Amino acid sequence: MTDAGMTDAAMTEPGKGAALSCAGLSREFGAVRAVDGVDLTLPAGARHALIGPNGAGKSTIFRLLAGGLRPGAGRIWLDGADITRSSEARRARLGIGQTFQHSSLFLSMSAGDNIALAARRRLGRPWWPLPTSGRAERERADQLLAEVGLAGRAAAPVALLSHGERRQLELAVALASRPRVLLLDEPAAGLSPAESARLAALVGELPADVALLFVEHDLDLVFRLATRVTVMHLGRVLVSGTPAEVRGSAEVQAAYLGTGAREDLFTGRAT
Amino acid sequence: MIGRPGSAATTAAVAAAVVLALAAAPLVLAPYAVTVLTRILVFALLAMSLDLLVGITGLPSLGHGAYFGAGAYAAGWVTLHASPSGPVALLVALTAGGLVAAAAGCVAVRARGIFFLMLTLAIGEIVQQLAESWHEVTGGSNGLYGIPAARVGGAALVGDQAVHWWVLAVAATAAAGLWLLASSPFGHALRGIRDNEARMRALGYRVYGYKLAAFVVAGAVAGLAGGLLSAQQRLVTPAELGLGTSIPALLAVTIGGAGTLWGACVGAAVVVLVRDHLGASLGGHGSLLLGAVFVAVVYLLPGGAARALSMPRRRG
Amino acid sequence: MPAWLDTHLVSVLNGLAIGFLLFILAVGLSLVFGMMDVLNLAHGVLFLTGGYMAWAIAGEHPSWLGFAGALAAAAVVGSLAGVGLSLATERLARRSHLDQALLTLGLALIAADALSVMFGDDVHAVGPPPGLDGSVSILGSAYPVYRLAIIAVGAALAAAVHRIVERTALGALVRATVADRQMVSAVGIDDRRVRVAVFGIGSLLAAVAGALGAPIYGVRPGLDATVLVLALVVVVIGGLGSVRGALVGALVIGQIETLGRSLLSDLASFVLFGALALVLVVRPHGLFGDPSGTRS
Repeated sequence: MTDAGMTDAAMTEPGKGAALSCAGLSREFGAVRAVDGVDLTLPAGARHALIGPNGAGKSTIFRLLAGGLRPGAGRIWLDGADITRSSEARRARLGIGQTFQHSSLFLSMSAGDNIALAARRRLGRPWWPLPTSGRAERERADQLLAEVGLAGRAAAPVALLSHGERRQLELAVALASRPRVLLLDEPAAGLSPAESARLAALVGELPADVALLFVEHDLDLVFRLATRVTVMHLGRVLVSGTPAEVRGSAEVQAAYLGTGAREDLFTGRAT
Repeated sequence: MIGRPGSAATTAAVAAAVVLALAAAPLVLAPYAVTVLTRILVFALLAMSLDLLVGITGLPSLGHGAYFGAGAYAAGWVTLHASPSGPVALLVALTAGGLVAAAAGCVAVRARGIFFLMLTLAIGEIVQQLAESWHEVTGGSNGLYGIPAARVGGAALVGDQAVHWWVLAVAATAAAGLWLLASSPFGHALRGIRDNEARMRALGYRVYGYKLAAFVVAGAVAGLAGGLLSAQQRLVTPAELGLGTSIPALLAVTIGGAGTLWGACVGAAVVVLVRDHLGASLGGHGSLLLGAVFVAVVYLLPGGAARALSMPRRRG
Repeated sequence: MPAWLDTHLVSVLNGLAIGFLLFILAVGLSLVFGMMDVLNLAHGVLFLTGGYMAWAIAGEHPSWLGFAGALAAAAVVGSLAGVGLSLATERLARRSHLDQALLTLGLALIAADALSVMFGDDVHAVGPPPGLDGSVSILGSAYPVYRLAIIAVGAALAAAVHRIVERTALGALVRATVADRQMVSAVGIDDRRVRVAVFGIGSLLAAVAGALGAPIYGVRPGLDATVLVLALVVVVIGGLGSVRGALVGALVIGQIETLGRSLLSDLASFVLFGALALVLVVRPHGLFGDPSGTRS
């Protein structure tokens, strides 16, 4: 945790050479400190889970990292480059991919076209004003659809897909541009156990160099997939470490299970 | 959308058949009917350009008449004062529409949804006011009149047949261009912006640039349509710039099923026939009829106008 | 007293009169949109209707009774029209806001044509009521008393609206709805009655503005489109749902329209557009608009 008196200029990138990292990240909404001085380091190949009760600031951190929201304080680095001031679109071009808690797809199009739109940024010229064969995008779409378990469904209109299928497509769209950093916001939300299992397998098969940060409430999934876990509480990092360390941590037990003194929960001080 | 050769060939065949039929029309129809048909062609091109903006990109504009009028005035002025060449006048019209759209778009495209609608409406009306007061160039409220016939390939376009074929040739070419654009990766991106702008940003697209480009292209094609109006009517008045043009254009797009380009053409035909002909035969209440059609379309096309014009809905 | 002030004082005063008139017109538009996300494109036609009421009832040389009657008629017709609009758009409340805006547009077209049928296409003049029809000498120029009266009435109405919005329970409700409508309905306030009330009052104000403005603007077909655009520019500049914004925006536009036109004549439209563009570049939600609002 950073010293409250440290200025932005004095902040250096906490983990040199990390795929994605942030230091002193803060954001307020009026009087509420949604995120308060958060440091995170995501090396290449990370499988890092972000957990915590509702209102802990997890979604806000995602939005800050992805670029949809400007931080009040703090800095963010991608592969060593400071991206704090970069727009969301720029960060995406630099290699950040994300999925959304509520599937964010292109409802008037087919599954294949959804992926093609995402893939074209890397595979072709997305601004090209004349029709193209689109073969490269089609092949990539077919490949990704097969990977996420929607093989052969390229022509299916998204509007007719089930919730689970949309979550799968959501992931495929995020993977289409081969991101180096992947932010998954509650990827298993609303999925059946079978679908969750498939998701877990999928995440396990992601390229080894992709840095993955995900928010999840399904703790089974978290402890199965993650090699590092960060627990958030009231906008701050409570504990960060391996799954075993987090499980055994007294602070986490206090925050989640309420064995600590009540006022400690609300001030966020570790017991 | 991405390269389905079968459907493209079908579309091309149907389009070719339609163009042939339209080309044959002057040989079969009475002169007045030909004039009406020509007017429908001009309006259909305008409606298609608006559809690119509204139906495909999801930017509901109520001020598209401004770019149509800019093109009409530019073409008229050039033909009156500079060169009688038809192609030159149209080129100028295209450019004028595009330039005015670029200036307006820089501001308007920053807004979304209803805000965008309000802005385009205000801008359109302001441009119309400008045309009415800038006497030296636009002729004020009298407009530009006595525009000589355009010359194409050495011959003057006199008579409804010649004018009709010129308008058809240009409109068909421009329509083909729009269709190609809509089927391209660029068009696909525009549809993505319409469906889910936030996701497009998250995928790395420079959304502002795409929207502005769509606005400029739509304005340029509208300007081209205005140039055709000038060639046909040989008269341009401030009325071409304002709501009197913008509203029927939006209605044409709404009726026709926005996003399909050809739908806008169908809508255009309906609007021109209802307003100018049905309305005239009912004692000159074209706009009342148009308003009634508007209201009916909005009520009876549930999800039609909404899905077509694709403004974001509030949750809950 | 500087010479330019002499020449331009008249324009400045005109600007104030137009500005306050625009405020009365635009505040309804701003609140209806701020509260319900409905862009009432029939707002201009309401203004014109009020003007025609004034012409029909008060005429070119009205008595006080005639003028008062015209204002009352405008108020009644305006509020009825507002209630009607509210009910008409309510059926589309589940659909997109564009549909509702288009609906008001269609109704506006019908109404405008109907007015033209009822009252003809000529331009008509309406006189101010007796006692307010003279002029007063200001710094050597003769200035119409009626316009001064408009300034006074407008300022009083602005103060009244401000008081209602800032100090009463109804006003608190309005402000809360503009800020977070879902919260308000979750708390159990009857959405429908609020909707009808706001639409009704907003439309009443528009029609009354039209009647008050008739001695200044006259009445003619096409006036509805002109004032609608002005009202929209006011609302865009001032920010949606903000009474203060509507007032500031209206006064600014009033000055541009009068002082601007007298100084720059034909270029005044550029100034209008320029002001619009400038405000939107600097503050995309208008001067007093709420950037964190849930609308796009």
